Amino acid sequence: MRRLMVTFVLFVVLGLGGFLVLTDPRVVSPSPQIGALDAPDVENGKLLFAAGGCSSCHARPGQDDKLNLGGGLALGSPFGTFHAPNISPHTRDGIGAWGVKDFVDAMAAGVSPSGQHYYPAFPYTSYRLMPPKALADLLAYIRTLAAVEGRAPAHELPFPFNIRRVVGGWKLLFFDATPFRPDPAKSEEWNRGAYLVNGPGHCAECHSSRNGLGAIAQATRFAGGPDPEGKGWVPNITQAESGLAKWSKGEIAELLKSGFTPDYDSVGGTMAAVVRNTAQLSDADRLAMAEYLKSLPAVQGPPRPAKAGS
Amino acid sequence: MIRSAFVVAGLLVGLTAVLAQSDPIAERKTAMKAVGAATGLGAKFAKGEEAYDAAKAQGIFKVYIDSAKKMPALFPATSKTGGETTAAPKIWDDAAGFKAAFVKFEADATAAAAATTDLASFRTAFGNVTRNCGSCHEVYRIKR
Repeated sequence: MRRLMVTFVLFVVLGLGGFLVLTDPRVVSPSPQIGALDAPDVENGKLLFAAGGCSSCHARPGQDDKLNLGGGLALGSPFGTFHAPNISPHTRDGIGAWGVKDFVDAMAAGVSPSGQHYYPAFPYTSYRLMPPKALADLLAYIRTLAAVEGRAPAHELPFPFNIRRVVGGWKLLFFDATPFRPDPAKSEEWNRGAYLVNGPGHCAECHSSRNGLGAIAQATRFAGGPDPEGKGWVPNITQAESGLAKWSKGEIAELLKSGFTPDYDSVGGTMAAVVRNTAQLSDADRLAMAEYLKSLPAVQGPPRPAKAGS
Repeated sequence: MIRSAFVVAGLLVGLTAVLAQSDPIAERKTAMKAVGAATGLGAKFAKGEEAYDAAKAQGIFKVYIDSAKKMPALFPATSKTGGETTAAPKIWDDAAGFKAAFVKFEADATAAAAATTDLASFRTAFGNVTRNCGSCHEVYRIKR
């Protein structure tokens, strides 16, 4: 009996130890390069800021200045409500005190300067594809914006999701930290599009359905699904019949510029904000994104409850 | 006999009118499709894919103005769901803001019509007024 107890305690200790080791947010820093980067290119940072849609989540709600990065926007999910934090260059409330390494750890590894995991509501799962130089450019651009005082409200997450360590386990299962690797067999335009769509653009974060643990179901990546934020349906953007099969490359690029579909419907909901961002890119970048999207194989997403819309 | 036939016929006409009106979801979809078709034509003019036609250009703004007048009444509280509507609940939560968006759309379309004298001015005016599409859909429409 006593022996049984000892064994039990031993297992508990081993289990807890294993949990702590496995979910350790320590960053295997991706970058010996960080110290040796060229001077940041603020213009490129501005472009990535638009491509990444940073202001769509981090701009303070209830006011019109999209460059006020005070945060606070509520993001609903099946796991609770997240509040986008202040990413303005305010030294106390924002990220003004961050170095490039802090920013790279956050964007490419999902770890905060104080060594805690970020929840994947912050799409570092996509942003990780940006190389340290691009991230340094982006940080340099954010530093040119106004410092905003005040912190966003805390996330409202029930147990066990309120324990950030749990995200460490999630990362073990679902987080692929590899950087972007161009496909030499494909054109330069295709590779640029693949990078913009999968990296800064993080299109798949909304245009894919997710499994029970909130990770993108990779088999139906880009194939749309129910809107995790509530009502509605996120469209399939693969080459499926119900997706973008009938859209030309030019029509996709046009949507990213003006928000108009080929039959001159105007996209709504959060895609309207996305279009405000992609409208700031160059025609060449929008066409590159379209080139990549046109290459996605046709994949059927989860079935829609009602019959397909127009 | 003839009189009662007239009465019945009159009632039928009235009933048809009521029935037609009682499907606001279908009606507002038709109105939005007309706006979309007009915008498609305007985009062809703007891009030079179709020869600019002054009368047709004014017709585009007329479609906008007419629909802006008609649309607010097509969202009664009984039409929140059904018919594959993509209307967002916000339309009814913020009815004042929703109506104001159409007032702005109508005013912008009227101004655009007045400012359009040739293709160049049409391009600018058309660009200004169509900004209403996205800004209104962003708030009052769900994803689809």
